[in-house]
Amino acid sequence: MGEKIKAKVMDATKIRRVLHRLTTEILERNRNLKNLVIVGIRTRGIYLGKRVAALIKELEKIEVPVGVLDITLYRDDFSELETQHMVQKTEIPFPIAKKDVILVDDVLFTGRTIRAAMDGLFDLGRPRSIQLLVLIDRGHRELPIRADYVGKVLPTSRKELVQVRLKEVDGVDEVLITEPEKL
Amino acid sequence: MSPDSGREFRRYHLLGIEELEAAEIMTILDTAASMAEISQREIKKVPTLRGKTVVNLFFEPSTRTRSSFELAAKRLSADIVNFSLPTSSVVKGESLKDTVRNLEAMATDALVVRHSSSGAPHYIASFCRSHVINAGDGTHEHPTQALLDAYTIRQVKKRFKGLRVVIVGDILHSRVARSNLHLLRKLGAEVILTGPPALVPREFELLGAKIEHSLEKALVGADVVMMLRIQKERQKANYFPSIREYRQLYCLTAERLKLAKKDAIIMHPGPINRGVEIESDLADSIQSVILQQVENGIAVRMAVLYLLLGGKEREAAD
Repeated sequence: MGEKIKAKVMDATKIRRVLHRLTTEILERNRNLKNLVIVGIRTRGIYLGKRVAALIKELEKIEVPVGVLDITLYRDDFSELETQHMVQKTEIPFPIAKKDVILVDDVLFTGRTIRAAMDGLFDLGRPRSIQLLVLIDRGHRELPIRADYVGKVLPTSRKELVQVRLKEVDGVDEVLITEPEKL
Repeated sequence: MSPDSGREFRRYHLLGIEELEAAEIMTILDTAASMAEISQREIKKVPTLRGKTVVNLFFEPSTRTRSSFELAAKRLSADIVNFSLPTSSVVKGESLKDTVRNLEAMATDALVVRHSSSGAPHYIASFCRSHVINAGDGTHEHPTQALLDAYTIRQVKKRFKGLRVVIVGDILHSRVARSNLHLLRKLGAEVILTGPPALVPREFELLGAKIEHSLEKALVGADVVMMLRIQKERQKANYFPSIREYRQLYCLTAERLKLAKKDAIIMHPGPINRGVEIESDLADSIQSVILQQVENGIAVRMAVLYLLLGGKEREAAD
């Protein structure tokens, strides 16, 4: 509806394998797994975060808490939007001070969401470290931000949209590149 | 897909509940639910309204509402100035329009107005650029109070449809009762008004309320009992013989509360006259949600400020 699918970049199998690799990278890099917490950025970051937590449990028998961060109140374009976004709940029911936080989002693009998310996290406490996990890095950064764990680097044009669809929200696991159709 | 979906509230001012749609009310309540978490944090502040200026313009005494708006604005990082009657130049004879124009010259973004004349916020909204929020006008409306009451009811009862809500006391002079009546009717609750006949006129039936002058009869099967204060300051005539008689007939007692449902909640917009409209012990009982109302007031007012002040500066309607 109003957009053309240009390519399917990942399917369910591919997403599962990528998350497996990213989880292994987290385990490799963090010695003290008990100090890990996961924070997913609404909406799809939550479910990717939960999947990573489930994989850590499967591989290491360690329960890593997963929280939910809504960045609406930290956006930098608050006064420029025609209408503001619906604010949703931030639910991080555990302390993040002195923790190693794995921040999870689906697509890394301008970096502005991550900037907002880091501000949001710091209002909740001072973590020992924040590491960023994204399924797709599509480039076009406007801020000096990079991800620590990247599922796939995907060169795109600015006109294109990268859509990550997850079973929990969209009923299907896939990553698509789409382009809005001209009228 | 869009995080914008479901957002229904696009007004410039919040002047009353009467003109709102049910979906707009739900948007405010949902936004408030997201704001509530901020007040639980160690650092109770988000940067959202940084650089916005909110003025509390109170021509009538208030501690609760004024402080609640002040904290709401501060938790969203807005700057807030308090302007109240005794310290203002109104006593020096300045007109309402001049007062507002002067304040606006200081580049304000929102005015939170309380006034003893019904319609004063509407009048201000007719000529000013800032967003106007009605914080109680005469005997007309007090929209944020009704919203926080609704938020509290939803928190406990999880629904509005079919709830039996009894509002007791001086309905005639109560802007809280009017705003609540509008809101609860829009969301599908049943509203029963009770109190001395002179203070609960039949005309309220036109707004969708049921009238029942016997408190006992009204309480039967109630889910929510909302007590109002006798507003001596607004009563120019004697509407009932004496406080003693009022207490005998309309004071909420433990005995009378037994007529309501077992899980009925007691609400009060404050300030309470203990021993007049409600037995002192009841105000502190587990069925009382009076302090929860105060707590929720901040989240609801944060939601209203956020929804009005967000987005590109639009042209004021009219």
